[in-house]
Amino acid sequence: MVIERGEIVTLIGPNGSGKSTTAKLALGVLDADEGAVSRKLQLNASYVPQKLKLHRNLPLSVTRFLLLTKRAEKRQVADALRATQTEHLADVQMSNLSGGEFQRVLLSRAILSSPEFLVLDEPVQGVDFNGELALYKLIEDIRNRLDCGILLISHDLHVVMSATDRVICLNGHVCCSGTPDAVASSDEFKSLFGERAASSLALYKHRHDHEHLPDGSIRARDEDLAAVSSNSVDPFANGNDGDSGGSDVDFR
Amino acid sequence: MGMMVTVVVLMSIFDDFFSRAIIGGIGVAMVAGPLGCFVIWRRLAYFGDTLSHSALLGVALALLFEMNITISVFAVSVAVSLMLLSLQKKAMLSSDALLGLLAHSVLAVGLVVLAFMTWVRVDLMGFLFGDILSITIFDLALIYGGGAVVVALLIKIWRPLFAATVSHELAMAEGIKTDVVNLIFLVLMAGVIAVAMKIVGVLLITALLIIPAATARRFSNCPEHMAIMAVAVGAASVWLGLRGSLEFDTPAGPSIVVAALLCFVISLIPISMRHRKQ
Repeated sequence: MVIERGEIVTLIGPNGSGKSTTAKLALGVLDADEGAVSRKLQLNASYVPQKLKLHRNLPLSVTRFLLLTKRAEKRQVADALRATQTEHLADVQMSNLSGGEFQRVLLSRAILSSPEFLVLDEPVQGVDFNGELALYKLIEDIRNRLDCGILLISHDLHVVMSATDRVICLNGHVCCSGTPDAVASSDEFKSLFGERAASSLALYKHRHDHEHLPDGSIRARDEDLAAVSSNSVDPFANGNDGDSGGSDVDFR
Repeated sequence: MGMMVTVVVLMSIFDDFFSRAIIGGIGVAMVAGPLGCFVIWRRLAYFGDTLSHSALLGVALALLFEMNITISVFAVSVAVSLMLLSLQKKAMLSSDALLGLLAHSVLAVGLVVLAFMTWVRVDLMGFLFGDILSITIFDLALIYGGGAVVVALLIKIWRPLFAATVSHELAMAEGIKTDVVNLIFLVLMAGVIAVAMKIVGVLLITALLIIPAATARRFSNCPEHMAIMAVAVGAASVWLGLRGSLEFDTPAGPSIVVAALLCFVISLIPISMRHRKQ
């Protein structure tokens, strides 16, 4: 698995499949038990974690939060907030934000430092559908403007952002990977998600050549069956396996 | 001529045990304020307790090996905090159980070791509750010298330490050496405990760290502001407590903590109510 500059890679997979762990490995927050991670030296990385609990005893305004790990000018802070339509929150305490506002502020903070590598762990959680589309548009803009590599973790197994270059489906190991289908122009898709959504969302068709059994083992699936089931059957109906993956991860 | 007068006045201030107590107490408050904020933000109250209780063991060792008490307390505090750190990483017990276990065990070990040394007579109360009125000019030099080093280091690591406090993973992902700043923070905590022991004693040090910072929280909306407010509240508590102890003939260390508590209680009164009273 390699992420280059200017590339958007979307990680999908069921709960506990190792999406967040992979992201933390990529960022160097966790060390790999098996396999190896290599990063560009002095990589300017930015991180939007899945969960961030800030206790009320921390006096922390949105502006101060944006300047947590990097220094920036007032104007840049305002620009970063404007990008996610949160400029009116600049002086609000972090503990007073709603879930969706918090998520957008996290994203503002991540883009403030103009990262080369951006990891977004379920960045649209708690954001309504229209907000979600806007955020996907923004993430695409960020990639185009900064030419940074983006690792995006998505909670949705089938619908991914259309600007994704590559989808990687995890369940303890890489189950399948590929490009999302260009169905945005199809009428069915438009009627399902609406005109606006069609431009920022895309479908991903899983192509699994194996099944996960309840006891954690993996069984190879024969070709004919796979062709039929990949369209209709949830590929994650069975539990997780314990394989922590020995594959090498490379971030440039 | 004017210089001479000033110097003489200054000298006479240091001659007076009460002035020395106030100057020393305020010196400690200046260091305890900002570190106390981190104790609150990082939820380390019990950790601070464990460290300060271990100070008594430092006292016992100092007497045993005829060393300087402050240096010995500092060394023992650093050792205990490092031990805690490694235990927390691999222990089967939860942090609070581990800390509760260690806090009182270390205190008990210190008391037992002191009792074994029948050849030394120690003012145990002085170590447990502080002996601020017996502060010497040497102690003052230690408080302000050590305090200056602690504050300088804290200012140097302030931003990364605060980032690591908000989110360890976020800070680490974005290139902050969280292990290094956390380690420096622990050493600073040990330093504060070593100098604060003389003022309020091992049993009340955590109070001096936490109460002014908790009081400051209500009046601040940024971290730096809270740290400065905590210094102000701590200094006011020292002054009020010492004045009170002189007035009512109460023990100095506990009086300072009671004064800090009073400040905290006043801070709880809603601002709107305070305005109405005026």
